[in-house]
Amino acid sequence: MSSLAVRKTRPAAGTTPGTVQGPPRRRRIAPVPTLTLLLGAVYCLLPVTWVVIAATKSGSELFSTFTFLPGTGFADNVSDLSAYRDGVYWQWMANSALYAGLGALLSTVVSALSGYALATYRFRGRETLFNVLLAGVLMPPVILAVPQYLLLAEANLTDSYLAVLLPQILSPYGVYLARIYAAAAVPADVVEAGRMDGASEWRIFTRVALPMMVPGLVTVFLFQFVAVWNNFLLPYIMLSDDEKFPITLGLYTLLEQGANTPALYTLVITGAFLAVLPLVALFLVVQRFWSLDLLSGAVKS
Amino acid sequence: MTSTTARRRPYGAKGAPYAFLIPAIALFLLFFALPIGYAVYLSFRKVEVSGLGLGAGAREEVWAGLQNYTDALTDSELLDGALRVLGYGCVVVPVMLGLALLFALMLDSEKVRFTPVTRLAIFLPYAIPGVVAALLWGFLYLPDVSPFYFVLDRLGLPQPDLLDGGPLYLALANIAVWGGTGFNMIVIYTSLRAIPAEVYEAAKLDGASPLQIALRIKIPMVAPSLVLTFFFSIIATLQVFNEPTTLKPLTNSVSTTWSPLMKVYQDAFGKGDIHAAAAQAAIIALVTLVLSFGFLRAANRRDKQEAAR
Repeated sequence: MSSLAVRKTRPAAGTTPGTVQGPPRRRRIAPVPTLTLLLGAVYCLLPVTWVVIAATKSGSELFSTFTFLPGTGFADNVSDLSAYRDGVYWQWMANSALYAGLGALLSTVVSALSGYALATYRFRGRETLFNVLLAGVLMPPVILAVPQYLLLAEANLTDSYLAVLLPQILSPYGVYLARIYAAAAVPADVVEAGRMDGASEWRIFTRVALPMMVPGLVTVFLFQFVAVWNNFLLPYIMLSDDEKFPITLGLYTLLEQGANTPALYTLVITGAFLAVLPLVALFLVVQRFWSLDLLSGAVKS
Repeated sequence: MTSTTARRRPYGAKGAPYAFLIPAIALFLLFFALPIGYAVYLSFRKVEVSGLGLGAGAREEVWAGLQNYTDALTDSELLDGALRVLGYGCVVVPVMLGLALLFALMLDSEKVRFTPVTRLAIFLPYAIPGVVAALLWGFLYLPDVSPFYFVLDRLGLPQPDLLDGGPLYLALANIAVWGGTGFNMIVIYTSLRAIPAEVYEAAKLDGASPLQIALRIKIPMVAPSLVLTFFFSIIATLQVFNEPTTLKPLTNSVSTTWSPLMKVYQDAFGKGDIHAAAAQAAIIALVTLVLSFGFLRAANRRDKQEAAR
């Protein structure tokens, strides 16, 4: 079991340039840290590896063959899943892409505006405003979601795309990150120079500050994308029409129906596998653009 | 909109920050402040039913005073849920942060190999929705399809039921640990990397072992990020909802009121008693605030004492 996952990681590590051709002294491996990290990696990859393999199994293979032995039913599983209720699964995927993509984009815009204002201007109530916005992080989502549902019901907006999009635009964490990044990346004298040239505040923001803030804003976007894509509670409360479900809620309802009918297990497993793919792909592609340092606020200013 | 107000310089520079902040403030008022205020209002109200409760005038909303709060505090389902989450949190927080610290220190140590791959692998679960994580582990806990049971079966060992009793806590805790360790590891690792190398040089010259350096220098220096991760972990633990909800279809041991938030959901939408739900929600929010700020204050005070010494 463990050897499988180790073998899985080895080719990738071997292809990393520099580690193999390094000077002889560097080749000595510290065994304890390396082994600990490999064990951690195996633990973290275990369920993912399992779902990748399980998704290839047909219904009968799932219960009869060894867990980590690939099956032959992947194409059938995908077409079964696509056929389930006229392809509602792909509708869920499209919905998630819409909620997460548009939601994260709007959230990034709001965070950029607020973060820039909080970082570069001195004005009355600045710290109070910042702290009040941040306090939103502490609010348990259900505390907000129940009254949000009732209020949106008053406005006839529940069970709509807006009911899931709107409450997630303001991200306290996004504002916090954007402020830290703007303070570190946008020098005060550059803003001042823009004013000397007679540029408007808006123009200074869009033409001077915004380009400097891009790396930080990419991080804000990705965080919010993951947060919205992974959100379950809000759509669970807001939506009843399954044509509008995001993938998390869709899979949950599929599991609810499938738990007592093992024949539906393969659908749930294939659905879970395909749902993991986009985010894992996104991670692998953009990880180099992520300023993970931002997480701990460790930006040198 | 902002451009016109900002273009006239003397006023513009003064009004500009407020103009930039309008979207955030408007969203905060609409989707944070208003719902919180409304929830507090609802928590002091109740529905009074007259007669048989039939007809339009039979149900009337009246002031309830603190009744919903006293009901909530004496509600055994809510208290049981709180105790369950306490037990669950006592496993999740130390194990998750302990592993995160261990992995971060290992990543930061010398002559360690494969770090780009292992770091990414350990961080990967962060990208996987809690519902999907619970679903994957849920299947791994099911004897019919799980590799663990396959191995136990071959070895002739007893096969515990992971979805019942005490093991259920560990099964749920494992999902949270799996999902959260990588994120916390990165937070701690970035602050380890921020320590200048000169700090270790003297200790190394004195012949300190890597273990001593880790315990005496590295861990104290990353204490602020440990405080931060602890703070976020407490909040996340108190709000556990997705994982037990997802495991519910797979086992009868997870009730609809397993965690306090599930109880709030159940009362609001299952029973339709939004007033009781609002009072419970307010209590959970208050406990969250007291615990998280109490912890931050205690951490700050220790910091100041250390600095004074």
